[in-house]
Amino acid sequence: MTVTASSPEVIAEPSLLREGIAAFARNRVALVGLAFIVVLVVVALFIPWISHHDPYRVALDEQFLPPSLTYWLGTDNFGRDVLTRILYGARISLLVGTLPSLISLVIGAALGILSGYVGGKTDAIIMRLADMMIAFPSLLLAMVVMYTLGANLLNIFIALALVGWASVARVVRSETLALKGKEFIEAARANGTSRLTTMVKHIFPNVIPTLIVLFSLSIPDAIMWESSLSFLGVGVQPPEASWGLLVAKGKEYLLQAPIVAIAPGIAILLTVLAFNFIGDGLRDALDPSMKD
Amino acid sequence: MAQHNETVLSVSDLRTEFHGGRGHIRAVDGVSFDVGRGRIVGIVGESGSGKSMTALSIMGLVPKPAGKVTAQSIMLDGTELTSLGADGLRRVRGRDMAMVFQEPMTSLNPVRKVWEQVGEPLAIHKGMNSRQIRARVLEMFELVGIPEPKARLDAYPHELSGGLRQRAMIAMGLICEPKLLIADEPTTALDVTTQAQILRLMLELRDRVGTSIIMITHDLGIIAEMCDEVNVMYAGQIVEQGNVFDLFDRPSHPYTRGLLASIPKTTEKRTDGRMPSIPGMVPNLERLPPGCRFNPRCGDVMAICHEAEPPLGEVGGGHLARCWLHSRKADGPAPAAGAVL
Repeated sequence: MTVTASSPEVIAEPSLLREGIAAFARNRVALVGLAFIVVLVVVALFIPWISHHDPYRVALDEQFLPPSLTYWLGTDNFGRDVLTRILYGARISLLVGTLPSLISLVIGAALGILSGYVGGKTDAIIMRLADMMIAFPSLLLAMVVMYTLGANLLNIFIALALVGWASVARVVRSETLALKGKEFIEAARANGTSRLTTMVKHIFPNVIPTLIVLFSLSIPDAIMWESSLSFLGVGVQPPEASWGLLVAKGKEYLLQAPIVAIAPGIAILLTVLAFNFIGDGLRDALDPSMKD
Repeated sequence: MAQHNETVLSVSDLRTEFHGGRGHIRAVDGVSFDVGRGRIVGIVGESGSGKSMTALSIMGLVPKPAGKVTAQSIMLDGTELTSLGADGLRRVRGRDMAMVFQEPMTSLNPVRKVWEQVGEPLAIHKGMNSRQIRARVLEMFELVGIPEPKARLDAYPHELSGGLRQRAMIAMGLICEPKLLIADEPTTALDVTTQAQILRLMLELRDRVGTSIIMITHDLGIIAEMCDEVNVMYAGQIVEQGNVFDLFDRPSHPYTRGLLASIPKTTEKRTDGRMPSIPGMVPNLERLPPGCRFNPRCGDVMAICHEAEPPLGEVGGGHLARCWLHSRKADGPAPAAGAVL
């Protein structure tokens, strides 16, 4: 072929993903957050082998012991080790933080892409639904769900997913609208790509960075939600331990043993903070609007 | 254009209208033309003349519901496109007719590998598996002259230069060996050397694959170099249509003459230091002047030009022009009473 080009054809540029990871690794605060979460997850997973205390054992003769070498953070009103219960609580809190976020992310992404790409009546209906969800006090909604369906872990998932999808859908929709006008979408249509394939193969991969960021930022929200619901008594039920529940139960003995309520509170604080750091780091690393 | 034995595309009386918030716009207004097998037909005009909209209308890509396309007939190699539904059109797109867009930098999805996208028409229309698609894309990459084609299969679009991306787009357009390829300003975004390479590539591929090409451009140089026939568009209408040699020899519409005169020439010495151009602007399609749409900018304007719209009349040898200057000479369809000057 006579038309072999001689111009420099490859622009040396690392791949998008590698670039993103490198940018994230440069962010110290985000790395600290990540380290904290990794340690927390590992400890929560292996807590039965790490701690020799039984989180459910009642020992009334050991009520409200002060911190000691055996009980690092002391004991609660039933003589149970506070630290062990917090770490068992981390299992539920982390699960509740990630799973419902994932569910609302999937629902929100699907509806957001559909809404933005198809437009018209579909868009109007989905977005009005989302507006309703956002306008309604979400804590109240979650409480109603928990109250009617019963307080258990599965229903917490349902309640949180129901509350969370709307804001995801909104963000994804606006992103889809921007993508829809891009030439590669028109090029895909010119190839005879169906609408469904266009949404799945062309729009969705472009929304993934946004979804990652939304996910990491919605985990702390979900943890807070679960804590609130448990605190209010419609979430996780004793003797299970979740952080919100620990705070709720601990507050009754705030004057006798403040650490029982404060320690799980600090756990919530640190975890939420760590996830927020990670989320900010991811957003800075992946958000295309931060580049160029 | 009847001298070609085989017509691949025959467009007749294509109209594309937009009903927007501010009213009614006819972006394409009664466009008819034919494309012979293996021929390259140019559509030339200023921005806003409706040339891209003509292409999108043929492809069935005009945004709905704002845009409405009607045509007496759009015949693609024996298939009447106007009678196909949205789904039928989708099956024709990419298989029998394909399109190359203006911006190679944005017409590939940034997060998908090049081979997946270039091979997408095969997945859609031929149901090939990914190994077959890769093999075919590799063949196409070799055909369009992408150096190191094997290594480029797994590249992401941002790893390719503009010229390479446009080659990839052309490979994508031709991968199903369509009967018709519509190239919408395929070289506008490229630098001049790359431009020449891409144009030469398209000519070569036309000869090898036998695909007919509609070349949309605002560059008369490209038309002269590439095309067999030309359609000059102005304000949504074809104002001149003819064989490329004939049209450059005897530009018959004042607009075409103006376009030809505005090509800067190094051989001429300009004393006033200005580039020649057609005075005025393309009219707002919502407020077209009465009579001939070109009358506010025309140097040869006559009384009748303000009164009635000229027909697209024969000026000899299949060469058509929409101008009153010729309608009298060529005694085309009898003009209105006002034509008697």
